[in-house]
Amino acid sequence: MSSGLITKLNPARLFRPTFSHGVHPEENKHFTSGKPIERHAFPPELNLLLSQNAGKPSVPIVHAGQEVVRGEPIARADGFMSVPLHAPATGVIKRIDLVPTAKGPRKPAIILKVYPGESQEILYGAPRDVDSMSPGEIIQAIQDAGLVGLGGAAFPTHVKLSPPPEHKVDTILINGCECEPYLTTDHRIMIEQADDLVRGTQIIMRAMGAERAIIGTEDNKPDAARTLSRALPADGSISVKMVRTKYPQGAEKMLAKALVNREIPSGNYPSSVGMGVFNVATTSQIGALIPWRRGVIERVVTVTGAGIEKRGNFLVPIGTPLRFILERLGYKGSAKYLIMGGPMMGDTVASLDVPITKGCGGIVVFRPEDLQQRNGEGELPCISCGKCVDACPMHLNPCQLGKLARKGRYLEMDEYHLFDCFECGCCHYVCPSGIPLVQYFRISKLMNRELKAAGK
Amino acid sequence: MDLMNQVTPAVLFMAALGILLATVIAVAVRRLYVYEDPRIDEVEEMLPAANCGACGYPGCRAFAEATVKGEVPPSKCSVNTAEDNQLIADYLGVSVGESEKIVARLACAGGTHVARMRARYAGLNTCAAAVMAGGGGKACAWGCLGLGDCDTSCTFDAIHMNEFGLPVVDEDKCTACNDCVVACPLDLFSLQPISHKLWVACKNLEEGEQALAECEVACNACGRCSVDAPEGLIEIRNNLAVIDYSRNHLATPVPIQRCPTGAIVWIENKKTIKGAEAKRIIRKTPLPLQT
Repeated sequence: MSSGLITKLNPARLFRPTFSHGVHPEENKHFTSGKPIERHAFPPELNLLLSQNAGKPSVPIVHAGQEVVRGEPIARADGFMSVPLHAPATGVIKRIDLVPTAKGPRKPAIILKVYPGESQEILYGAPRDVDSMSPGEIIQAIQDAGLVGLGGAAFPTHVKLSPPPEHKVDTILINGCECEPYLTTDHRIMIEQADDLVRGTQIIMRAMGAERAIIGTEDNKPDAARTLSRALPADGSISVKMVRTKYPQGAEKMLAKALVNREIPSGNYPSSVGMGVFNVATTSQIGALIPWRRGVIERVVTVTGAGIEKRGNFLVPIGTPLRFILERLGYKGSAKYLIMGGPMMGDTVASLDVPITKGCGGIVVFRPEDLQQRNGEGELPCISCGKCVDACPMHLNPCQLGKLARKGRYLEMDEYHLFDCFECGCCHYVCPSGIPLVQYFRISKLMNRELKAAGK
Repeated sequence: MDLMNQVTPAVLFMAALGILLATVIAVAVRRLYVYEDPRIDEVEEMLPAANCGACGYPGCRAFAEATVKGEVPPSKCSVNTAEDNQLIADYLGVSVGESEKIVARLACAGGTHVARMRARYAGLNTCAAAVMAGGGGKACAWGCLGLGDCDTSCTFDAIHMNEFGLPVVDEDKCTACNDCVVACPLDLFSLQPISHKLWVACKNLEEGEQALAECEVACNACGRCSVDAPEGLIEIRNNLAVIDYSRNHLATPVPIQRCPTGAIVWIENKKTIKGAEAKRIIRKTPLPLQT
């Protein structure tokens, strides 16, 4: 708490780079930021969703009754926009069945029964010399490792590493902002896995042919910046830069603006302005897995919020059901909100049987009494105060967009750049009328796409 | 008479201009005349002016043109009564055509008294929003969320939410305009001719026990209906009974009789009949939340 206050009073922060607009939600990171990453127990059964990533789901290559060892591939990639899946534990495949997901619909998953008496040593994989690999081989290796954006979007990493040939990438940005309140996953990774992170950064630089890399972190994590600068290589190709603590600093467009003052044009990837942006968790996994021919089998998850007794940062095998984690950490059995991901952009979960996926960096549990309640439930009329316009980091007009969405004029919303909205939630956060703007925009995007598809 | 001298040329000019433009119009009327069948206007008058699009044409005018041309029989208008369509047929001297009444049907029977909830949804009060927030609170991921997007979308007042949060279609008012089919984010509504009397009111693809844990009236894929039905009529596919309506002429109420949950029903004369062995649901109150 006190460290947060000191950061706020520090005059140096006024000179730190940032972006315009955005909000300052209460950070609440002190609950878990000092807690080292702990290994979480293996559940009796893992539910490994086949669609862990954005893009196409993987295709199972195992059958019911087959024994698998920890780290062994159990599903292959289905095309370029897909990644394989590896067994997070030694055990036996029970069946392939539908399991609930954070987004709602039930999706096929491989159910793996974990052997209880097993040492769970990673027996799979062999060392290899990354320095002698060509960029193409590195990108293939990254796809084979099942790597996706571990920051939350779960976009396949190898796709990001293969920009169109006309884009020349000169700078790699490693995103360690972690602007979401409560979450400390990336914070702990930067402190505890600094060497893997630097190794991963070097691998990405080689794969993309970039000369320099900047690790960006918010100034509420000075200890992370200190640890990282000690681990940096001597040639000076990688640097650490602190940016002002503000939400959503961790969005790639905001980070690019703050760190290198480049704007990514609407509807374009960062590579169009010569950059690649990667999350620290992803980068550190690249550094840890690629030299060993291994795949992603576990990830760091912050479990926090007042509804949890034992808060902390845990190394959780992919596919662990939420119920297992919560019960072990003293979940009291009732919550107003159960969120997978951060409180600003995460998904509210409607079932405790939802498994941890590669994109899930946190579990936040709120009790009803922790939440500031507005008088009178539901949404009040828009009073056109313009607070959302001042908050929107993309400089959109959420107020106008919201009014159009309420009237169902989805196609007109294109004129107000609906698809530039990345659903950070700043507008809803500041709205005095409590209008669930992001929810409206999500519906609008879906309806807009449907209407356009129907019009063709 | 200075004034007269000033006014006269103006009056003359205006008069000349008037005559000139009138001639242009008179010529244009003759030269650019497009013949339009006067019967189209008459037929349009006799149509309900609902412009619902259920006939497949963009509005009543387009449908009137098509009927006059003989492209479609008048009976394709599902909003008009049979007598009104007969009037159009008599006027045009064509046969009214055979057309079966089509209605919207819901493939879910899981009201709050039989379907379990695993979470309480408190966001924006529409189904489209709930689907995006973790799929809403219903334990069954395929079931009706009961927030009434179909009710809102229905312009004929044919859908009403009942006490258990399920939409009920008034078959007399339903014009098969397709609006509810589009509105339902879970695709539970479909348009069915009323001769499709055998109906599976469930979409749950979970295997038996799990499906029943989520909803008491779910199809548990026991396969009895499939065995009791004429061959090929009902098939169990992905843990759900699926009716092949191309063999609908073989359908009888026999297959529903041994259904343990009443997921497969027989709909006749606007009444939904469950089988003899289907468990009776007498509960009227919502089931408690089950996490």
